[in-house]
Amino acid sequence: MDRRKFLSALAVAGFGATITAKGAVHVLSQNLGSQSGNPVDLVAVMGGNGDEMFRRGISEIGGMSRFVKPGQKVCIKPNIGWDKSPELAANANPEVVGEIVKQCFDAGASEVLVFDNTCDNWRNCYENSGIEKAAKDAGAKVVPGHQESYYRNVSIPKGKVLKEAKIHEAILDSDLWINVPVLKHHGGARLSISMKNHMGIVWDRKFFHSNDLQQCIADVCTLDKKPVLNVVDAYRTLKSNGPRGKSESDVVLTKSLFMSQDIVAVDTAAAKFFSQIEDMPLDHVEHLANGQDLNIGTMNLESLNVKRIKL
Amino acid sequence: MLKRIRVGIAALFFTLITLYFLDFAELLPEQLNFLTRIQFVPALLSFSIVWIVSLILLALIFGRVYCSVICPMGVYQDVVGRLARLFRKKKKRFRFRKSMTILRWSVVFIVLVAFLLGMPLLLGMLDPYSAYGRMIVSVFSPVYILGNNLLEAIFTSFDNYTFYREDASIVSISTFIAGVVTLLVIGYLAWKHGRTYCNTICPVGTVLGLLSKYSLFRVKFDHGKCNSCSLCELNCKSYCIDSKAQEIDQSRCVSCFNCIESCNRSAISYKFAYGKRSTKNDVPQKDVVDTSKRKFLSTALLSTVAIPAALAEKATGIEAANKRTPLTPPGSKGIEHLKDYCTSCHLCVSKCPTNILEPAFTEYGLAGFMMPTMKFQHGFCSYDCTICSEVCPNGAIQPLTVDEKHLEQVGKIILNLDHCITYRDETHCGACAEHCPTQAVTMVPYKGALTIPETDQSICIGCGGCEYICPEAGKAIYIEGNAEHQKAEMFEEAEKKEFDFGGFGF
Repeated sequence: MDRRKFLSALAVAGFGATITAKGAVHVLSQNLGSQSGNPVDLVAVMGGNGDEMFRRGISEIGGMSRFVKPGQKVCIKPNIGWDKSPELAANANPEVVGEIVKQCFDAGASEVLVFDNTCDNWRNCYENSGIEKAAKDAGAKVVPGHQESYYRNVSIPKGKVLKEAKIHEAILDSDLWINVPVLKHHGGARLSISMKNHMGIVWDRKFFHSNDLQQCIADVCTLDKKPVLNVVDAYRTLKSNGPRGKSESDVVLTKSLFMSQDIVAVDTAAAKFFSQIEDMPLDHVEHLANGQDLNIGTMNLESLNVKRIKL
Repeated sequence: MLKRIRVGIAALFFTLITLYFLDFAELLPEQLNFLTRIQFVPALLSFSIVWIVSLILLALIFGRVYCSVICPMGVYQDVVGRLARLFRKKKKRFRFRKSMTILRWSVVFIVLVAFLLGMPLLLGMLDPYSAYGRMIVSVFSPVYILGNNLLEAIFTSFDNYTFYREDASIVSISTFIAGVVTLLVIGYLAWKHGRTYCNTICPVGTVLGLLSKYSLFRVKFDHGKCNSCSLCELNCKSYCIDSKAQEIDQSRCVSCFNCIESCNRSAISYKFAYGKRSTKNDVPQKDVVDTSKRKFLSTALLSTVAIPAALAEKATGIEAANKRTPLTPPGSKGIEHLKDYCTSCHLCVSKCPTNILEPAFTEYGLAGFMMPTMKFQHGFCSYDCTICSEVCPNGAIQPLTVDEKHLEQVGKIILNLDHCITYRDETHCGACAEHCPTQAVTMVPYKGALTIPETDQSICIGCGGCEYICPEAGKAIYIEGNAEHQKAEMFEEAEKKEFDFGGFGF
């Protein structure tokens, strides 16, 4: 084992130990509490370009330096599932991804990796989504996720159905990771947002589908290594025929962005937002309630300090 | 000098076509596919008049340079021969043999008859380009990918992500065996007996040999200078120089120019053939046909066909249980068209980005052995991808535009609800609809929040996304092939909506 690997293993172990000892939500809320008297739990921004909205949102929630410390290795996991152009809203907005990478480096990140376990041919997805270019232009390394050998088995002790999963090494070997989903309709899970985006860090997704998809989605979110931030891109929203979409008529220009450390809360907010376009009762998106039951977050937005911004 | 030019061009063509076959990462320009299009059998099958005429003219002007420069199997034999010269202690001496004209033309005749009877398999087996392609794809491609994976491991350990891992497993056992047999048999022949394959079996060699009998330029003796020292004969890998008689069998000469290089008296040269003529044929020829080699050849050939065939017979039972019409690649029009034109060079198999094209075993029957078929175990056909149709040099898979591909129905969706997770376990799934590009399978309201698949065959194109991703081992949803491809209907677009920037909704 070389020094780098040893150090990163140490960092991961340390990070894991902290979380398991105190519970992720506690650690994260401590972070927030310690730096601001009146912590913002969830930010919703509307009316700008992707990068603009992210810049505004991140400053409201305390700046990137709150999450990324100098010298840290960051992994960003956008949704790059499909071989589709940005206009078709099947993947996260490349402008948002590029801006996040940039801000990570500004905060002192030593390295930023970007990947997804895609559904379509990965090279086409990376290229045609525009994400590979945006991430590379901002200095990130875009790594593949199309082979099982990139994934390592991790136990998920808090999962009800999913007890273990093969997780991509970019997530496991990073100091922290940021979850960047796009808000989409989904034929099976009903909506695909931050929690559903976890399926892209996993190798074997078929297990999810054959063993109660909605529970497995919640289970995988109890992973020790949780994202430090969930950034939901809703610059364009795929309202129908998701998660892939057939044509541009499935897409609505919604120019919004949501972010929070609370994955259930940010998905609840995004689901309510989605309901304004197409009716989507929260209880149909069962993984939200399943996540709340597993104590990974809350669906009760009233209990949170929510900041709403229109640009 | 001539030999050097020949070796230079051959090395260039050979390296490029080999790398073109191996290049899974699409690093090389796609224009390189002209190297496959100028191959004799593909040019013939795709009715590429320009190339056919060019190749015929090439042979009529310069003799069989095709066999020495363009044909990758020919150059492969020269590479082996070169290695043999380097590593063998005793120098190989070739001695003139009589042409096996009857055998050569019998092969052409049988191949032709079989082809006309709708059995292009034999042509595919013997066509040197196709056999070389299969050899590369089934034997060398895994090696190439292993090399790539090794580089990937080294570079990635230094945090450099230039390389990415690929699956290095062989495409199919039967074609792997066929590839190894081709490699060994032709390699052995080249090591021991020079261009024997080209001058006994190869139908392309026989046809071009006939043309080159009348070629304008050819290797000729200068009877005044020649002292019949037989140096040229000893160096002729085609066994076609009779130095005693000072005669060259033009039908077997592949214009390699080794003889010219070997002659100390400049008594043999490559020149215009229809100048002044001097005939000399007073030396009686001795029949030196080596029957043991003939036996070896026929046994080898038979086993190439028989081993996979025997294996194939064993497997019919498994296939029958599935009872499925095999899927032919988009652009191939259907099973009949594919069988008529495909010689199984496996370029499409090698180039398919999602690795769903596999050599068939018995799916098309014995006549379609090794021809490409779509399998969805490891992936599905990318909606916007038309690569196989672009690379096929035979026209067995005809070029498609992306718009045409979107409506090319290679098969139809079949839903078997009894196996469906949602129907059986009453949990959410929707994996099939998730992958469907046309929503030929879509999730409709079922019980409570549950949604269940509903299919519409008319808009299905048979890409196999649903079948690949269905998590149920028995596959609740799959694609049944269309023996003849059909045109799918255009799907209906969703109702367009504008978003009113009123509020966040929470």
